[in-house]
Amino acid sequence: MEKPLDRASKGLELAPTLARRGSPLARGAEQLARLDATKLDDARKGDFEAHLARAELSPLRATHLEVLQLNVGKVCNQTCAHCHVDAGPEREEAMSRETAELALRVLGASDIPTLDITGGAPELNPNFEWIVCEARRLGRHVIDRCNLTVLAANPLAHLPEFFAEQRVEVVASLPHYRALNTDRQRGAGVFERSIAALRRLNALGYGVEGSGLRLVLVTNPVGAFLPAAQASAKAEWKRELARLYGVVFTDLYTITNMPISRHLEWLERSGNLERYLQTLVDAFNPLAARSVMCRTMVSVGWDGRLYDCDFNQMLELEVGDARESRPVPRHLRDFDPELLATRIVRTGRHCFGCTAGAGSSCGGATT
Amino acid sequence: MDTYYDPADLAKFAQLGKHSPDLAKKFFDYYGAVFADGALSARDKALIALGAAYAVQCPYCIDAYTQETLKHGCDLEQLTEVAHVAAAIKGGAVLAHTVQTKNAAAKVGM
Repeated sequence: MEKPLDRASKGLELAPTLARRGSPLARGAEQLARLDATKLDDARKGDFEAHLARAELSPLRATHLEVLQLNVGKVCNQTCAHCHVDAGPEREEAMSRETAELALRVLGASDIPTLDITGGAPELNPNFEWIVCEARRLGRHVIDRCNLTVLAANPLAHLPEFFAEQRVEVVASLPHYRALNTDRQRGAGVFERSIAALRRLNALGYGVEGSGLRLVLVTNPVGAFLPAAQASAKAEWKRELARLYGVVFTDLYTITNMPISRHLEWLERSGNLERYLQTLVDAFNPLAARSVMCRTMVSVGWDGRLYDCDFNQMLELEVGDARESRPVPRHLRDFDPELLATRIVRTGRHCFGCTAGAGSSCGGATT
Repeated sequence: MDTYYDPADLAKFAQLGKHSPDLAKKFFDYYGAVFADGALSARDKALIALGAAYAVQCPYCIDAYTQETLKHGCDLEQLTEVAHVAAAIKGGAVLAHTVQTKNAAAKVGM
């Protein structure tokens, strides 16, 4: 029988992952080294901690825990050109039931209000629905970071109804409200299937005012530049998606592309790396730095390891900055909410991606 | 090879102030205010600026406002339509002047 992954990938343009190609950029340390070796014109030598110090934020500490973000694996039915996870159909890393149970025990023992589920395409993890149901049973808000196309294929086609029953917030990636740039970044065929999924979600009340079912769209630039201003982009997207496709949504998040993984490879290949990193550094915004998401979240990898954010996870930078006076637990089984809530965040040049301009986070602009 | 237009010169636009700082300040203040969100959004203004850049065929402006409109989330199909708007206005302006030809011809022709 055809697997859900095969069905969800069918008809979409795919490219081999960095891991499959054996690229050195598949390793976090190599990505960090390339960023550090990039020439920059900067009085603080492109040192992120020095910029934090200028904003009186070094060392950057978490303030409290609002979100437990579970990355349930790297398996995806798409291979987007900018993917920071290097996800794709050929990846096999997936959170086991045992690790998922551990995560839910940690959530239940804490007062963290939100479980944010990401991937890969999180819906392709066999434990996905169980995780959602358990978190909802604990009374927590659940966010699913959805690529939309995965909802089109059986046996996952029931998921929109499941989301509505469980009152899951759907945060869906769509770089543009037209096909050209969406398919250029996410693969040919993605846009048409995404619009079909949005219409199904709309029909269930998602994105419809007064329904309480939040449907958030996430847009990121299709190129080496910063995203548009979130508020004016939202107004334009509302107008254009309604005009072109009759689609409605609750909110629009603009997210800056992080210069890591496949996006880093593209930046290098297209000769844009130096200019893009310079743009991020020049646009360092102390206000955005104050509100970065790592200060209020913990990111969990498919194998239960803990990170400051999903980007640090992909760069294999586990929690526990060298400046800590006490060791910070690095795995779910040793989860210590108090220590994690005030931990020092590990940083690097990639962090300029979250502090540039209006700021960027899993919740969009931060200023 | 020497050329009249060098992409690197775009960044030198700010040096306009070197020999007339007061006038340059007035211009840049005005320029900044023109492109801020107002009755028209900054995105709409950037698209109009690109159309005007095509019409006046300024390579610096075309470069700058192509990048600016991309930052506002426009795609290449949308930017190509901007070029067609400029082409239609410029072409229409040419064709509208055929009335002058007709008028002139009517005066002297049989």
